[in-house]
Amino acid sequence: MGILEVKGVGKRFGGLQALGNVNLSIHENTVHAIIGPNGAGKSTLLNCLVGKLMPDTGSVMFDGQSVLGRKPHEINQMGISRVFQTPEIFGDLTVMENMMIPCFAKRDGAFRMHAFESMAQEGDLIAKAEKMLSDVGMLEKREMVASSMSRGDKRRLEIAMCLVQEPKLLLLDEPTAGMARADTNNTIDLLKQIKAERDITIAIIEHDMHVVFSLADRITVLAQGTPLVEDTPDNIKGHPKVKEAYLGETQQV
Amino acid sequence: MFGLNKKDTTFLLIVIGLTLFTPILMQPFAEGSGLAQFNGGYPDLMQKVAIFGIFAVGFNILFGLTGYLSFGHAAFLGIGSYSAVWMFKLLTMNVIPGILLAMIVSGLFAAAIGYVSLRRSGIYFSILTLAFAQMCYKMAYSVLTPLTNGETGLQLALDDPRILDKAIEGSSLPVTNIFGLAMNSTYKLEVMNHVFTFSVGFYFCAVIAILAFYVAIRLFRSPFGMMLRAVKSNQHRMNYTGLDPKPYTLAAFVISGMYAGLAGGLLAAMDPLAGADRMLWTASGEVVIMTILGGAGTLMGPVLGAGVIKYLENIFSKINETVLHSWFHWLPDGIEDVVVWVFARFTGEGWHLTLGVTFMLVVTFLPGGLIQGLGHIRDRFKNGKKKRDKYDDPDPDHHPAPTKRVAGE
Repeated sequence: MGILEVKGVGKRFGGLQALGNVNLSIHENTVHAIIGPNGAGKSTLLNCLVGKLMPDTGSVMFDGQSVLGRKPHEINQMGISRVFQTPEIFGDLTVMENMMIPCFAKRDGAFRMHAFESMAQEGDLIAKAEKMLSDVGMLEKREMVASSMSRGDKRRLEIAMCLVQEPKLLLLDEPTAGMARADTNNTIDLLKQIKAERDITIAIIEHDMHVVFSLADRITVLAQGTPLVEDTPDNIKGHPKVKEAYLGETQQV
Repeated sequence: MFGLNKKDTTFLLIVIGLTLFTPILMQPFAEGSGLAQFNGGYPDLMQKVAIFGIFAVGFNILFGLTGYLSFGHAAFLGIGSYSAVWMFKLLTMNVIPGILLAMIVSGLFAAAIGYVSLRRSGIYFSILTLAFAQMCYKMAYSVLTPLTNGETGLQLALDDPRILDKAIEGSSLPVTNIFGLAMNSTYKLEVMNHVFTFSVGFYFCAVIAILAFYVAIRLFRSPFGMMLRAVKSNQHRMNYTGLDPKPYTLAAFVISGMYAGLAGGLLAAMDPLAGADRMLWTASGEVVIMTILGGAGTLMGPVLGAGVIKYLENIFSKINETVLHSWFHWLPDGIEDVVVWVFARFTGEGWHLTLGVTFMLVVTFLPGGLIQGLGHIRDRFKNGKKKRDKYDDPDPDHHPAPTKRVAGE
């Protein structure tokens, strides 16, 4: 049994069958990559996992509980954190405040009326947030306004915000999309470091093969809404079906 | 002190000091001198500033922190006034129960209206709140006449029950009081030809305003305040961080509704009369203008905005053509008439034109409100006259360091 079990998930948008009967099992403490050409249904699948979309058929079980029908914040409280394609951070707030918010969410749940408490008395949470910031090498930027940072730093902050919640499962949606090569490599290093340092399960959707092959333990190839193959990176590289999905059918001459 | 950091404590102490010495500060010109019309109109005007300051500070908790622009906050002001007057009629002329009831009732209304309106955001939210406020206004005029006394407005009457006060009933209408101290009583102090008046009503409003302001500071600096700013910044991220933005915004809405109710209750405490006009959409617009003029999202901005608008209203609406003629009598006749005509458009009845022009200038040149203007002045004092732009501040991320020199120079 994996920590995340997707069984027979299908999703139709009007006439388009975006997902048809997807089965997927993500095992604990692995990095599982989901790749596939444009329009293969990768993002739709991810949205079904975090409560943004409701699949038409099938079941999604996380840690023995169904996530279907729950709201995004409830699913996050179960232990799934998501990093978006374009960094979603609190742009008007400082880096440190950005870090404190997930700390509060983890400790106090979806809502708490802490209107008469002072930030200064939250020493534990501040220490936790600072530790995480220094882990990702951003401690000296703690007072910066988040929106004024470079894209790579925003991504780094977003990952740190997810990690400080100590999620059981971290979902990454094209974490290096639109990044410069140097930023991409930094992000890969960061993810490798995270993987080495803590017990965490990561599911990653990615176009960049360089990223996928340097990180993943298992790879699922998705094409036209169905999983084509699932295997280790080495076996995926030379797989004829994968080549077919990406490059089209081989022509018989 | 008071659970605030050093900077906020100093700030609060300055506000307290300014408020307590208002009777002296706001009457710098001797009674009867030519400049007396620029005196702050104490205590009526200063009470208004304190009350509308509370209203604007509360509005700012919703608009400044969460970014939800309510166009119906006057409804809570009116509801607060009606509740307070009912308490004066039924229970006692002591203002404390009236003000408490005003806050509770407007809080309940805010919870109901907010629950529905907060299903939408942006312009739809504004329109929903506007619609609810107009409904309250129309209902106060029509179907709710037994409760609101319609067009006449809710007033005290001699035969009101006033359960607690019955023993001290006289032949004239009783006045609002706080434990026997009448709201309209004053104490005069004469120093060097200046008569300083200390009014009970003003000091009561001032103490409540300081308390309300203190609560607002605590709220701004609390984790809850941070969550409200997070709502404004990125609700999407909030959802995926395990937080539900809805109860946070609703709580902010109810708190700001209760502030409005408190202000309405105080208005009734100063003058026990409640009319439906208080709920009209122009009154809702006024608090929006106060907040934006002063600086939305800042602590002091709304109070400053309320003060400036109420002061300008008081001063400019007092200046009529006779006053203008006495100012410009030294000009040749033809020119005097023209000048007086022009100035008359901006004063007296036309003072809204002055307000409009001021608002336009502030929004155009100081989008952060008057508070931003004060910040500029402070920077000017600190850094001298030198103009600054973004290249003057070091940017540690930028390599090579940016330079002001243009290529080829």
